[in-house]
Amino acid sequence: MRQFIQGIAENSHYQATHLLQILRQIQSRYHYIPKAAIEQLSGLLNIPRTQIISVVEFYSFFHLAPRGQYELLISDSITDHMLGKKSLLDYLAKKLDVAVGEVREDGVVSLDNTSCTGMCDQGPAGLVNGHALTRLDRSGIDKIAELINQQKPVDEWPVELFQVDDNIYKSGLLLNQQIEQGAALRSAFKRGIKETLKEIDYSGLRGRGGAGFKTAIKWQFCSEEQQTERYVVCNADEGEPGTFKDRVLLNSYAHQVFEGMTVCAAIIGAKQGFLYLRGEYLHLYDKLQSILDQRRQNGLLGINILGAGLDFDIEICLGAGAYICGEESALIESLEGKAGIPRNRPPYPVTQGYLGKPTVVNNVETFLAAAGIAVNGGDWFASIGTEKSKGTKILSISGDCVRPGIYEYPFGVTVQTILNDCGADDVLGVQIGGPSGTFISNQEFDRKLAFEDLATGGSFIIFNSSRNILDMVHNFAHFFAHESCGFCTPCRVGTALLKKQIDKIVDGHGSAGDIVALEELCQLVKSYSHCGLGQTAANPILTTLERYPDLYQSRLKEISFEPGFDLDGALETARRMANRDDAGAHLAQTENEHE
Amino acid sequence: MANKIRVATTSLAGCFGCHMSFLDIDERMLQLVEVVEFDRSPLTDIEHCTNCDIGLIEGGVCNSENVHVLREFRNNCKILVAVGACAINGGLPAMRNHIPLEECLNEAYLDGIGVENPQIPSDIELPLLLNQVRPIHEVVKIDYFLPGCPPSADVFWKFLTDLIEGREPSLPYELVHYD
Repeated sequence: MRQFIQGIAENSHYQATHLLQILRQIQSRYHYIPKAAIEQLSGLLNIPRTQIISVVEFYSFFHLAPRGQYELLISDSITDHMLGKKSLLDYLAKKLDVAVGEVREDGVVSLDNTSCTGMCDQGPAGLVNGHALTRLDRSGIDKIAELINQQKPVDEWPVELFQVDDNIYKSGLLLNQQIEQGAALRSAFKRGIKETLKEIDYSGLRGRGGAGFKTAIKWQFCSEEQQTERYVVCNADEGEPGTFKDRVLLNSYAHQVFEGMTVCAAIIGAKQGFLYLRGEYLHLYDKLQSILDQRRQNGLLGINILGAGLDFDIEICLGAGAYICGEESALIESLEGKAGIPRNRPPYPVTQGYLGKPTVVNNVETFLAAAGIAVNGGDWFASIGTEKSKGTKILSISGDCVRPGIYEYPFGVTVQTILNDCGADDVLGVQIGGPSGTFISNQEFDRKLAFEDLATGGSFIIFNSSRNILDMVHNFAHFFAHESCGFCTPCRVGTALLKKQIDKIVDGHGSAGDIVALEELCQLVKSYSHCGLGQTAANPILTTLERYPDLYQSRLKEISFEPGFDLDGALETARRMANRDDAGAHLAQTENEHE
Repeated sequence: MANKIRVATTSLAGCFGCHMSFLDIDERMLQLVEVVEFDRSPLTDIEHCTNCDIGLIEGGVCNSENVHVLREFRNNCKILVAVGACAINGGLPAMRNHIPLEECLNEAYLDGIGVENPQIPSDIELPLLLNQVRPIHEVVKIDYFLPGCPPSADVFWKFLTDLIEGREPSLPYELVHYD
């Protein structure tokens, strides 16, 4: 092991910024991060061992205790649940003889849940040693159990288990025609860098991650910073449950995305770029690396790009299972090899980003659009969409519809049009923008997707009338409690309390005061949290409470109060140890029962 | 005075520190008893609650007896108040929540150093321990929370005088900040 770690540290030039990538390799080889590895890395990278431990503890895909040689993770997205995930997971656990969350006694396999893996249109999904599994069903699980029990290496497993499809059902401005390799750069150099920024400004392009900051302004701010060492970062940490469009863009439109990053580098004067790829998309890593190599060979990356004097290259960094790293400052922390805890903003990344230097962070789709605009001009883009939302939006559609997949629409499209196109009827409501977004009911389908009305990062989850809204709320509350980074109390404690309170109501232990307490808690978490995660964590509850108050009320008991846990069950251990079973050794759940 | 406001107090899984802090209102106690009469409380030795206006609960819920006492207070007090960190969060006693109850009992009564005649206490007179210490609002409905470890005498004074004089109680920042 000493030699192995020495080797990977050397390959990383002993840079602590590469800690995440180093730990990924150690986890992949040993299925945990051994204590000795931490000691050794601490010396090699010249950072305290506690810093390494904090990183290991922060990311879901790193473990201090051994996991199985086959680490199986099953996606816990609401869309996977809608496709029967729960019974599949139970079946898998039984088949493999391992409890969820545990390692089998022989150490061969471990099984657990993981947050949405971005395969919502082809779930139920999972990961085995980091590789994406799709369309799981009982026969697939039988196969997997067999392969594991035979201890067949994952790279020898049948490819159909790992088949990932694009499922593009509707193309528009961007998906219809891919630019030719180098076309955006040639146009930009020909037109002039400043003129190209003007075109992007004129196009009205706004950030596609959801927040919608104007791209040209961000790039201009960055280019005007005094610091000349600047960075371009592409945010492909697509963690919002229900979103998977970046996976498709990187699978089939990666050239154009990289070209958009390179155009950005030319405009802001950056020499280094990063693609921060979520760990769940490991299956894209080799392909993306070879595309980068190809671009280097074609003179589109590296020294003196296209002879225009631009030096720029792109490095791919893999995440390790942390939703919060989609927040741009947390992503930068993660790129620097640290736990993904959001920074105080301001200063924004455009002034102090990666290593404290000016940095542009944009979504995959934003770079894709920017490359298109560099070729076709601002008018091409601005002629489509609405007044404040120019161009098109690429949506990830999943849930109850005939054709889940990727759809591109001009901004301003109504929800009803989308539902018609993807084959959804008997719809109860749609979760737009993922758990952090908004739930709209079937009374609101004339609303429009645009920054003026329903802003979205692209997640569009459809629920038909057979679904229970509270199941969704319950799933989202658990998601946020799991993904809170733990830095600020309102979010760390608040999301855990929200989860507990929702559990109490869903499990039927709620009473009148509990809804009031829930609402107060929602407002507290929303108003006092440090970053967007906490500020939006209560949205699923607030938006459904507003639309379906009766649904919540129907779960309440008509008594003043009932504990949310099993009181008598809490005495079980003491009863057993004291060897008692008299009346005094029991408690009624509510007083009316027999007190 | 005929219709004095009736107040009951108790300490569940607490250290009586909150009660001590309450007594720190010092001579203001004389003003208080002009308008207040104490019902069940360590100050009176009355064993059971009768109808009260205000119940002050110190400490969290660690055993079955705590549950019964808490319910008695809830049934008899119009306004029930969680007093101090342990009542609100479980506090110090809740530190055992990270250790399974079985291990706690084994350590205390069977395996610990210096334990003589090792046995788990078992008598119907003894309340059984809950597997985890709970804040009181998880067991009954609580109307107000007085933060602090302990809440200062001024917190008690401000809160009670507000209630007694018919105002919605509010604690200014000076009374609840810790730095």
